[in-house]
Amino acid sequence: MTAYLTPLLGGLVIGLAATGLLYLLGRIAGISGILWAAVSGGVSGDNTWRWCFVAGLLLGPLAYHSLANAPYPGAPALSLPFAIVGGLLVGFGTRLGSGCTSGHGVCGIGRLSVRSLLATATFIVTGIATVYLLRHAWGVA
Amino acid sequence: MKNLAALACGLLFGAGLALSGMTDTAKVLGFLDLFGRWDPDLLFVMGGAVCVTLVSFRFVLRGRPLLASSFSLPAQRDVDPRLLGGAALFGIGWGVFGYCPGPALSALVYLEMKTVAFVLAMLTGMALAGLATRKAGA
Repeated sequence: MTAYLTPLLGGLVIGLAATGLLYLLGRIAGISGILWAAVSGGVSGDNTWRWCFVAGLLLGPLAYHSLANAPYPGAPALSLPFAIVGGLLVGFGTRLGSGCTSGHGVCGIGRLSVRSLLATATFIVTGIATVYLLRHAWGVA
Repeated sequence: MKNLAALACGLLFGAGLALSGMTDTAKVLGFLDLFGRWDPDLLFVMGGAVCVTLVSFRFVLRGRPLLASSFSLPAQRDVDPRLLGGAALFGIGWGVFGYCPGPALSALVYLEMKTVAFVLAMLTGMALAGLATRKAGA
């Protein structure tokens, strides 16, 4: 029972953060979109809030791990080629599909967007299929 | 003020990601391993987050944002191949390594070389998607 409490609490905090960004700045907390707009737009007037949000994303875990005295998770188990292929696909796919887990999953479903609901279902299904193939069918990961 | 608010929201978001276990690739891959030793925890992360936004967004969107003149919401409505194809590719990448964009950025602070490589590859993928769609005239 309590095992589910931590992830649930984490989810509530994420939802609260997304609510804060919408209420305060009127923006959707879609991280892939915010990151790309920040990187491609440089550090200019209207872009500063995006860099601040990204800085917060980095500071948040530091604050959590030190305040809660929680250990860092273990290093990713898979090798460098998986990191590179995974990263390329995540970057390409999120830009093509206009969003990721935060923008489509947390915020899009929150505002009852059909696009986001279908996108979320799609990436969860292909994610599950990928892990099935890599771990069980091909046994490479 | 806007920047401070964005920093605070990002901080809260990042703390939530770390607390929930999303910054742990083993945990994420365990969630996606539905046909193996499935770890349902991230269902509670997603469920918890969506429960909040489903209720809170209704109220927030009824009014006006505090620090902006209006809401900036996605205008697209149609479900097209680009949306679903992009989501499909993103899911494959998620399953290959175990990071989606937010957790990958947050996990940078753990100073693991492979996480840095993932983020650099992710930015490259985003740039390539821009080139590909421009070439396709989309």
